Amino acid sequence: MASSVKQRGAAPAPSAPPERGGIAARWAAMPLLARHLLGALAAFAAVVALTSMTDSLTDLRIASIGYYTLAVAGLGLLVGFSGQISLGHGAFMFIGAYTTALLVTNVPMVPLWLNLVITVVASCVAGVLVGAASARLHGPYLAGATLTLAVGLPAVALRFPEVLGGSNGLSFSTRGAPPALAGVIPDTRWQAWAVWLAVLLALVALATISKGRLGRQMRAIRDDESAAALAGIKVGRTKVVAFVISAGCGGLAGGLQAYLLGTATPSSFSVVLSLSLLAALILGGMGSLWGALWGALALVYFEVWGETLADALELESKVSNNLPIVLYGVILIAVVLAWPQGIQGALSRLRRRWQRR
Amino acid sequence: MDHFINLTLSGLANGAIYAALALSLIIIYQATRVVNFAQPALALISAYVAYTVTGATGSYWLGFGSALVTGLVLGVLTERLLIRPVHNKSPLSAIVITLGVLLTLQGTAGMIWSNEPHSFGYALDYRGMFSPADAFAVGSVLLVAVLLLALYRWTPLGLRMRAAAFRPEVARMVGVRVGLMLTVGWGIASLVGALGGVLAAPPFLSPNVLDTAFVYGITAAVVGGLDNPFGAIFGGFLLGVSLSYVSSYAGPELVTLAALVILVLVLSVRPDGLFSRPQARKV
Repeated sequence: MASSVKQRGAAPAPSAPPERGGIAARWAAMPLLARHLLGALAAFAAVVALTSMTDSLTDLRIASIGYYTLAVAGLGLLVGFSGQISLGHGAFMFIGAYTTALLVTNVPMVPLWLNLVITVVASCVAGVLVGAASARLHGPYLAGATLTLAVGLPAVALRFPEVLGGSNGLSFSTRGAPPALAGVIPDTRWQAWAVWLAVLLALVALATISKGRLGRQMRAIRDDESAAALAGIKVGRTKVVAFVISAGCGGLAGGLQAYLLGTATPSSFSVVLSLSLLAALILGGMGSLWGALWGALALVYFEVWGETLADALELESKVSNNLPIVLYGVILIAVVLAWPQGIQGALSRLRRRWQRR
Repeated sequence: MDHFINLTLSGLANGAIYAALALSLIIIYQATRVVNFAQPALALISAYVAYTVTGATGSYWLGFGSALVTGLVLGVLTERLLIRPVHNKSPLSAIVITLGVLLTLQGTAGMIWSNEPHSFGYALDYRGMFSPADAFAVGSVLLVAVLLLALYRWTPLGLRMRAAAFRPEVARMVGVRVGLMLTVGWGIASLVGALGGVLAAPPFLSPNVLDTAFVYGITAAVVGGLDNPFGAIFGGFLLGVSLSYVSSYAGPELVTLAALVILVLVLSVRPDGLFSRPQARKV
């Protein structure tokens, strides 16, 4: 969560920022990567502090916020920076989850970190294939192609039931906390830490990429493809690279989900997941990693709140079953109508107003 | 050979449904440059209204008519209340609004009619090779396509709608009420979508019943090319027939993958769909 990239189309910052002390100046002078790593360290400390106060169910939720943040942030790089709309990011989560599940069940001696690295590589390869196939497509054509990918890919699991487990998917058990800490730290808390560590490292990479040369090239392509090409940017290659990075993030998120839940089933990677990821991105606010966090929070907690609300109101089961989805839809529409820049856009506008005072 | 003909005919019947859904998407895309992801939900509510009306009156055709009216009204309301405020802003906002409408309406349908499937009848007898119900599906979709063509080609309303979509500023200057034309476009499109929904829903109606048909609809629209209504109809029938062969000769679980393969093959040869003309761009 170290970086908050400047909002697209936002008003320029106030011309004279208030004079800050030596620490702020030194912070600004540090290399980008070091700043991001320190930020990630702070975020990890916050997660550790937060999870040591919560029960195991909340630990699980905090961990799922982690991998959703990564998936939404990866999609944000693709949509917000290179301007390509993918409705099929659930497909990359599917690939990631099944890669992790297959590795855990077939080669159990491989450590988790290596598993996840292989998962990222596998989903990046998938990203190269999809990206190369769709580099010539734009706008709704790309959206349609990726949507069909999200629908079509889970069918692979049904086609090869002996390897991929059919509609029941693959289930497995993962190791929890190391034996030395077994009595001290509950397994779910350990898993939440592992998930967030992986997520934060990936986010550091993502933030560093998007602030650097590649990020600038992607924004140039988003704003005007032909002009970017004339300026010497290799449009096709940059688009594919954006797709690959984004697919890698989605795959890692899927792998982490499989690790956390101990299963990978085709039904959990439905079209609804892919569409919800895009919705969460817009809801949170594009162009900032904080926006991805708000979007992921919304994905996890709207469902929880919807269930709590339904319980509190003692509604009929058919109403209460559908309350979370209606709540999510209504809030999505309201946010887009009220703040087109998403929650993060609204927050940064508030902050600017406060600073001006 | 009999089997092959049988497959082709049932593929045509399914293709008619995909063609209707694709046509509905394209009318909206041409008018407002938005891919309407809310379309399966609008069609779903229409199909549920048909279910309720048919259950109350006992007449399929009253239900059918009320579904079309519901589709029209829902399309008009969606455009006027939700899409208009974000018109001319980022196209992503409009897409996300339609996603929000999709979630809200699907959930609402579950709230009112429950998530359990209800049995939902065909228009006519559905037994046998190319049954009357299949013929009705193909015939009604082709009739709608012809009516739409006539509307756009030969009526003053169609001319205004084309003008509003093609050059909104100029159209406004010569007195066309551009906003009203966009609303009418959404209404007509949702009506066609509702027709597709009523044809696609049988034998059972449940909140997610139209999702797959919608995905094939969008595939058909993209295969045909988003700028061309004929492309949508051709794409719909092409997809319906091909998927029918795949389902029978290779296995039903491969149908969604086959749709993906067809899409990738067509788009890798023609990135703008089969029937679109390449466009020159100015820098």
